[in-house]
Amino acid sequence: MILITLLALPFVAALLSLLVPKQAKILALVSSALAVLITLYMSMHIAEGALTIAQAWLPDLGIQFALHADGLSCSLSLLTALISFLVFLNLNNKEVPKAASFYSLLLFAQTGLMGVFLASDAMLFYFFWELALIPIYFLSSIWGGENRIKVTFKFFIYTFIGSLMMLAGLIYLGLQTPGADAFSYHALVAVGNSLSNTQQISLFVLFFLAFAIKMPIFPFHTWQPDAYDEAPTSVTIFLSALMVKMGLYAVLRWLMPVLPEGVSYWSNTVIILSIIGILYASIIALQQTNIKRFIAYSSIAHMGLMCAAAFVQNDLALHGVKIQMFMHGINIAGMWLVVSIIENRYHTKDMNALGGIASTMPKLAVAFVIISFANIALPLTNGFVGEFMLFAGIFSSANPSHVLYMVLAGLGVILGAAYTLRMLQKVVFGTASNTQAVKDLSINEWCVLAIVLSLIIALGVYAKPLLTLTSF
Amino acid sequence: MIQYSYLIPLFPLLGFLINGLGWNKIPKSLAGVIGSTSILASFVVSLAVFVEVLSPSFQGPFVQHYFDFIQSGTLYIPFAFQIDALSASFLLIITGIGFLIHVYSTAYMHDDEGMVKYFAYLNLFVFSMLLLVMGANYIIMFIGWEGVGLCSYLLIGFWFKNHAYTDAAKKAFVMNRIGDLGFLVGMLLVLYHFHTLSYQELFDIIQSSADQTNMYTAIAICFFIGAMGKSAQIPLYTWLPDAMAGPTPVSALIHAATMVTAGIYMIARSSVLYNLAPIALDLITWIGLATALLAASIAIKQNDIKKVLAYSTVSQLGFMFVAIGMGAYTTAVFHVITHAFFKALLFLGSGSVIHAMGGEQDIRFMGGLGKKMPITKITFLIGCLAIAGIPGFAGFFSKDEILAHAYAQQPLLFVALLIGALMTAFYMFRLYFLTFTGSFRGTEEQAHHLHESPKAMTLPLMVLALFSIIGGYIGLPKVLSEKHWLHDFLSAAVTEKELHELSHATEWMLMGVSVGLVVVMIALAYKATQKAQFSAAKGLGKVLEHKWYVDELYQAIILTPLNHLGVFLQQIIEKSGIDALVNNIGTSIQWLSTRVRLLQSGIVGSYIFVMVLGIILLLSIGFLSTIL
Repeated sequence: MILITLLALPFVAALLSLLVPKQAKILALVSSALAVLITLYMSMHIAEGALTIAQAWLPDLGIQFALHADGLSCSLSLLTALISFLVFLNLNNKEVPKAASFYSLLLFAQTGLMGVFLASDAMLFYFFWELALIPIYFLSSIWGGENRIKVTFKFFIYTFIGSLMMLAGLIYLGLQTPGADAFSYHALVAVGNSLSNTQQISLFVLFFLAFAIKMPIFPFHTWQPDAYDEAPTSVTIFLSALMVKMGLYAVLRWLMPVLPEGVSYWSNTVIILSIIGILYASIIALQQTNIKRFIAYSSIAHMGLMCAAAFVQNDLALHGVKIQMFMHGINIAGMWLVVSIIENRYHTKDMNALGGIASTMPKLAVAFVIISFANIALPLTNGFVGEFMLFAGIFSSANPSHVLYMVLAGLGVILGAAYTLRMLQKVVFGTASNTQAVKDLSINEWCVLAIVLSLIIALGVYAKPLLTLTSF
Repeated sequence: MIQYSYLIPLFPLLGFLINGLGWNKIPKSLAGVIGSTSILASFVVSLAVFVEVLSPSFQGPFVQHYFDFIQSGTLYIPFAFQIDALSASFLLIITGIGFLIHVYSTAYMHDDEGMVKYFAYLNLFVFSMLLLVMGANYIIMFIGWEGVGLCSYLLIGFWFKNHAYTDAAKKAFVMNRIGDLGFLVGMLLVLYHFHTLSYQELFDIIQSSADQTNMYTAIAICFFIGAMGKSAQIPLYTWLPDAMAGPTPVSALIHAATMVTAGIYMIARSSVLYNLAPIALDLITWIGLATALLAASIAIKQNDIKKVLAYSTVSQLGFMFVAIGMGAYTTAVFHVITHAFFKALLFLGSGSVIHAMGGEQDIRFMGGLGKKMPITKITFLIGCLAIAGIPGFAGFFSKDEILAHAYAQQPLLFVALLIGALMTAFYMFRLYFLTFTGSFRGTEEQAHHLHESPKAMTLPLMVLALFSIIGGYIGLPKVLSEKHWLHDFLSAAVTEKELHELSHATEWMLMGVSVGLVVVMIALAYKATQKAQFSAAKGLGKVLEHKWYVDELYQAIILTPLNHLGVFLQQIIEKSGIDALVNNIGTSIQWLSTRVRLLQSGIVGSYIFVMVLGIILLLSIGFLSTIL
């Protein structure tokens, strides 16, 4: 019942906000706050056993309406609820044109995301995957920046191609054993494992492309800087904190159990691509002057590390990935919130035109510095525990080449410090290049950032609840 | 009392939180009181803990677990503290000297608008350093390790409007991170091979399986790379001289009581490991020696009062690493302690000078300051005598011990170190004579403004001067006393290598030679400063003045290529490569899509309507089919 509520809550709120446009804001805020409470409750009780629902849906096609929540699903639903709540809280004192549609689409996306993290039928998973994406296309093409049409189109092409590949792969798998529950998790795992090596190796490519584009993994990443640059902040937060996790989640939840031979065949390639991505994106981040593109490249580097660890496939690395998915979501949401405030005050994203925020907006500067250091995994911030586990996981695989991978990925730690401090130096420190008076944080902005900062410190000092949750 | 040792880092943390959260409400004078009191409180607790560790009833290290920091499968890392002779000694130095620096800062930073923030950072700095030495495993050490990196970043770039200062801050953090990667890899090696990061468990395992020399060497070298970053050794030393961009008391904190001593602490802590890794120890000796000589040679030609002191720190750290490389860990710790006294004294003294000179740091424009600032002059002189190694002063005992060990191991090493010690005496007294003696070379206005610093600044100077004299008597040489107090005290926590013993006659002879030559160097320095002509340096002098062009070298072989690579990746690979390919695919699809364009009405409402309709249709088909 809890699982249905989690899906119904944003869905109903989305419908209602179309019917009662004036209440859209409050509907979104209340429903997402409720979702936080429900997911928290669920997370506290997941130790008593995973939650499952299975209901026939389209039996002729072998599709079930099946949901399943274990620790990983739980933590990502919690993240989805939390980030949605932050986004809506952040919008609280802002005016958005065509507000009802805007809120409604965000709530649809939230429904889709929840569904992705909870579905245990592959077709249902695919359905939610698309449900999460479609609102994002609309949101960025209507409320985005100047180049929104071009950029959204690029984003659409990328993800659409990925989705098509995944669908083709799913249908192929489903046709192997037609039946009322051909796409259920267990059926797919059974089918996948029965396939020959060659079949698994080629199917892997279909699925992995869809997921790699989503994460994104080098060289499938070029939609991301553009999309982040052009989309409205709320959408960018959804994209970077939640949607990129869909790809990684799909790898852990579906790809690894269903196509184990395919995964072990390709794992080295994926790890190498991921590590190239870490270094490539970090070096480009060092060159960026557009602060939004900067965050995009830094995020590509972070996702690269998680993906590399995921494909090393030992328990510690996988646990680290689960932790880091959650932590990264919080930190990057924090980054975007700060950047949106800066853009709102200074009307520019150009680092060279910014500067001296430490004098003009000291509160914001403090928040920005803390979030930035969390982003480069300073100990006692939430970024550290996960990153240490990722490195330890990559290292503890006894494979000598993995030691090399770890050291190369470790260079990302140094580059990460370099590009982050360069950005801080340009934006936060120095003298204010712009002499116009700007207001420091409003109460509403301060509340949103205070939540992010508390999570950063609390989970950095005491990550045990999350470590326990993700171990179920 | 020892069970309350968690209070030691807790007080500075509270001070940080109070000043940090109330930065725009707390008055400046109160911020200084909060900051200093918190450190004083942890000094008192440290003292009580130290006394308890000192008592004969204290058995082995005291380890206290507080909570689980990381737990995943077999990986278990508790948040735990360990108190033993080594950490207790460091606690006293950190909180004691830290407290004096806080008191000094209340006067030094009095006119700065960011004073509350300053004290918040300073407390956080001490807190991090305390975590570093109190941790019972390498992860807690690493937390403090990165924490001091963060605080040094914040404090070096404290005057953030100045671009050069924030550059220096950035450089410090990034260079430390290079070392941190070494530390991290070292930890992962330990974790992979021994499944624990706790000191006690690890050293028990190592002692019972002494044959994995290659593994120990690899781990030891990785840890040493971390130490190179924190303790400013070749090739990662160039951040430290730049770090003087921060307020002067911060330099005293970084150079004396905290941060740079972390590398020494780490290796002394891991002595069990290093004893089984002779190759790593040799490497440390060579790097330490090279650093000691290189930095000392640079210091000779520097004209910025703080820069001379900064290079002197790098050089003295080199001496400590040579001691470590010889396996004489307690000797290195001894030098850390005496160095902490006289280097804090010298830096705070230079702060007093800069304060009086209205911000001027160039010793070519000073001279004769002793007349106006007698306390600063005398205490500074004591500091110089201590660092130069004049008998009776603290630095003499610890430096002499390093030299004696070096002679016993390899006379050539002794000669090289002696050259370093002689350069030290020269540049320190050059600094002293140019600053405090002769006639004033600054502007009229500066001359008029010259004054002795207030009590809050001179009192710490006097206390530190006192310890720069008596601090050495905790470790008397063999020829004077059979009992080396510090050595005996630390031996419970640090395992020394077997070292060669010198005969008393040899030891007397070595002392005589080094002291005699040091006095000659002081005389030479006096003579050199009497001309007081500052012509442009030529030849070797110019190379020294430009610090052997190491910064330029790093720029040319690392930073510039990295920059070019970045431009290449960004412009060629990303834009003209991957992106162009994607865009071409996009354009061709767009062409196809012109046919379907009729469906796109451009009204948001209708899109959403169709989408919702689709979802409801799908869902209802599903439910209908179940019912039917």
